[in-house]
Amino acid sequence: MPSPEFVAALKAALPGQSVLTEREDILPYGFDGTATLKGTAGAVVFPKDAAAVSAAIKLARTHRVPVVTRGSGTGLSGGSVPVAGCVVLCLVDMNRILELDAKNLTLLAEPGVITQRIFDTADAAGLFYPPDPGSMKISTIGGNVAENAGGLRGLKYGVTRNYVMGLEVVLPDGAIAWLGNKCVKDVAGYNLRDLFIGSEGTLGVVTKVLLKLLPKPAARQTLLATYATMDAAAETVSAIIAERIIPCTLEFLDRRTLRCVEAFAKVGLPTEAEALLLIETDGHPAAVADEALRIEAICARHHALAVRRAATPEEAVRLATARRSAFSALARLRPTTILEDATVPRSELATMIRFISAVAKKHRVEIATFGHFGDGNLHPTFLTDERNTEEMHRVEAAMKEIFEFALSLGGTITGEHGVGLAKKGFLKQQLGDASFGLLKTIKRALDPEGLMNPGKIFDLVETEATPSVPHGA
Amino acid sequence: MEPDSPPVSKLAALDYSVLQQCMHCGMCLPTCPTYVETGRERNSPRGRIALMRAIADAELEATKAFGEEMYYCLGCLACTTACPAGVDYAVLFETARAEVEKSGQLRTPQRNAVRWFALRFVFMRPRVLRAIGRLLWLWQASGLQKTSRRLGLTRLLGKKLAGLEPQTPVIRRQFSDGLIEAVEAPTKGPRRHRVLVLTGCVQDLAFSDVNRATVDVLRENGCEVLTPRAQHCCGSLHAHNGDEDAARELARRQLDAVDLSTVDAIISNAGGCGSHLRHYDHLLHDDARYAARAVEWSRKMRDIHEWLVEIDFRKPQPPAASKVPGAPAASTTALTYHESCHLCHGQKVSRQPREILKSLPGVELRECAEATWCCGSAGVYNITQPETAGWLQTRKVGHVLATGATLVATANPGCHLQLENGLKAGCAPGECAPKVVHPIVLLAQAYAAERG
Repeated sequence: MPSPEFVAALKAALPGQSVLTEREDILPYGFDGTATLKGTAGAVVFPKDAAAVSAAIKLARTHRVPVVTRGSGTGLSGGSVPVAGCVVLCLVDMNRILELDAKNLTLLAEPGVITQRIFDTADAAGLFYPPDPGSMKISTIGGNVAENAGGLRGLKYGVTRNYVMGLEVVLPDGAIAWLGNKCVKDVAGYNLRDLFIGSEGTLGVVTKVLLKLLPKPAARQTLLATYATMDAAAETVSAIIAERIIPCTLEFLDRRTLRCVEAFAKVGLPTEAEALLLIETDGHPAAVADEALRIEAICARHHALAVRRAATPEEAVRLATARRSAFSALARLRPTTILEDATVPRSELATMIRFISAVAKKHRVEIATFGHFGDGNLHPTFLTDERNTEEMHRVEAAMKEIFEFALSLGGTITGEHGVGLAKKGFLKQQLGDASFGLLKTIKRALDPEGLMNPGKIFDLVETEATPSVPHGA
Repeated sequence: MEPDSPPVSKLAALDYSVLQQCMHCGMCLPTCPTYVETGRERNSPRGRIALMRAIADAELEATKAFGEEMYYCLGCLACTTACPAGVDYAVLFETARAEVEKSGQLRTPQRNAVRWFALRFVFMRPRVLRAIGRLLWLWQASGLQKTSRRLGLTRLLGKKLAGLEPQTPVIRRQFSDGLIEAVEAPTKGPRRHRVLVLTGCVQDLAFSDVNRATVDVLRENGCEVLTPRAQHCCGSLHAHNGDEDAARELARRQLDAVDLSTVDAIISNAGGCGSHLRHYDHLLHDDARYAARAVEWSRKMRDIHEWLVEIDFRKPQPPAASKVPGAPAASTTALTYHESCHLCHGQKVSRQPREILKSLPGVELRECAEATWCCGSAGVYNITQPETAGWLQTRKVGHVLATGATLVATANPGCHLQLENGLKAGCAPGECAPKVVHPIVLLAQAYAAERG
């Protein structure tokens, strides 16, 4: 627990800004969107600007209190789960959009702005902010940058990193630095901005984000294709890419996911199908019309049971929104829902899907699979019960095999959720000694005291000889 | 006032999977009015569930702060509509409030007295409730209310009560039993359905016209209507305020008062009551004598809008006069719809009232922003949490006025009063505030207008 002196100093340094220390106030900051992980902070503060963040960090350093930064707490790898006794910097009160520069197509926002609001603000100006993580109605842009969040449009438009032009960050010593600018081209010095994107709060705190916007696509068309087998759906995806078509969205839902999503969203999804592809193409109207026709033909060739077009833009939005609820909707089935995001090169999708089914059978665990097929980013989701220790052991064993297999195919342990606490046991295996060591070198250089979100992504001092899955621990 | 029970946490006794169902994804956050107001997790659905779970796990006691938090929650259930995981927040909320009452953390002599008088005395005794209604009517009809307001006598009530006094509902001269026969036959044609109408408490005293209209539209649609006399309170007030025992007792009395086997449906026209009435099956699931009947009750329970759409209600025709060739076209009235939380979130009835409103001749339905947001009435919330209730009321009134509608339809007496008071205060003097009306009253009027 932080000392009363530290709390008093915090309150004095952040006048007019909340500093919470009561149990009832801080318990609800003990988790993010990740199953089975929790911790208890010593205090939660709500800074209103970079100066307040800097003041809080300096005080934490003086008193040697760990600092965990947090937005809306929707992360899926435990990145913002508090370290015992830490101070949580919750940035939701820094929620202003500071500038929309229509001449340079940029938007400057504070980190607590909700992702959806960034999208809406750009949209109202005829512009487009593509990254759309499943939680975009709730997640903050600061959290998106810290975790380098992806979304449904990753295949064509990339992830958060591809839209960050500049960052204001508070460094572990309290200094405030600007990284990047509005220039499309800039090769002055190391690209430090990219170092902070996806750093999960371990190197500093993002206090402003300068985002790149695109012109809004003139047209879009959404298609739904259903299949009797998962393989047929996977083959369709490979065929679409092989025919040199890059849709904006190419999502996959298996039967279990489909049923849960439909039970919640009631948007008329065909629940009798084994697999469903949700495909969206966007761009120039003529190109969209042409791509839609070609995609329909490819689906038919690959034994789609039915291919349907969304009749209206509203229906398209309803379908995409329903898809975004997939992870939460799966929680209907079992008490504990553990979402993973193993990702493989697209050519290996069908292999990976078959492997996941086999692992589920072998370990007698329930796995629902959905995800961003177009970019190889799968979401095998374990449906289990954290109170059943024996079952949790089988879940961990299955998870380990899935990670290892994904790596053997040239994949990654996380496509878009970050490493956080949930996947840090596997990071070294993926990166190899040299690149893993480089992470530590950087961390030690920037945060010698190791106070910024300690124990996330990797441990500075490795205590365990073998990797283990912290879920259910 | 509640009997002292053994020191077993009600939250711990709850099926743990109900708590586990929340996977804290946060999808509920932007739909929760109190979280939007404060931006603090404690004031959000997943934050409250985290506190409840901490109590069930014996990591936290039912403290005063916990109690205050549970009463800061509106119980609007917007989170249940937003929740993809299907968390049963209604059950968690009621159990948590019962836990708070059991803990006694919020007890004060004044609170105890008010709770006893309202929950255990007035709303347990239909005759007392109606006698009080009668007195209130006399006070209002005799002009004494106006006189005392003019003379400033209401200030004698003290600051808090004097602030609430203008919100006192206007009591009807006749209550439902005076307007509705115990049995009424369909207007014409053979009987197609036999239904039972529940008249409610506030609805009965302040909106007996809504009950009359309900019976009228049912009769227009081939229903024979039974309306039991001197009905009891449904117990929703008790369940939402942590008095489980009284809620169960009132549910049993309702079941005793009716013969379920002879009716096709039980009809409620008040969103708040209906939401509770539907859950008698859960409320009495461990009551050996009543459980089976409670299941049948819940199976037959329908909101009036839901039932009318289910039986394919007859769409009203334009009034006879407007069909005369050469007659000027009837003008169009702009109307907006405010959804009662417990109708749209509690009962998931949202499409049907709109279907009815769209069927009305000469009416244009204009959707208002945040139609599914709470207006701040939330049972007795406007009395217990006037600040947040006022903020919500102002927000709601702004959205309603922005539509330019002259009519606001809503299907719950609490919302009706909250909107009426808010619109009156929100309009400049001389400006005509939109009129608040129950959708079924409009439908009944449309049927009546057919005949010219």
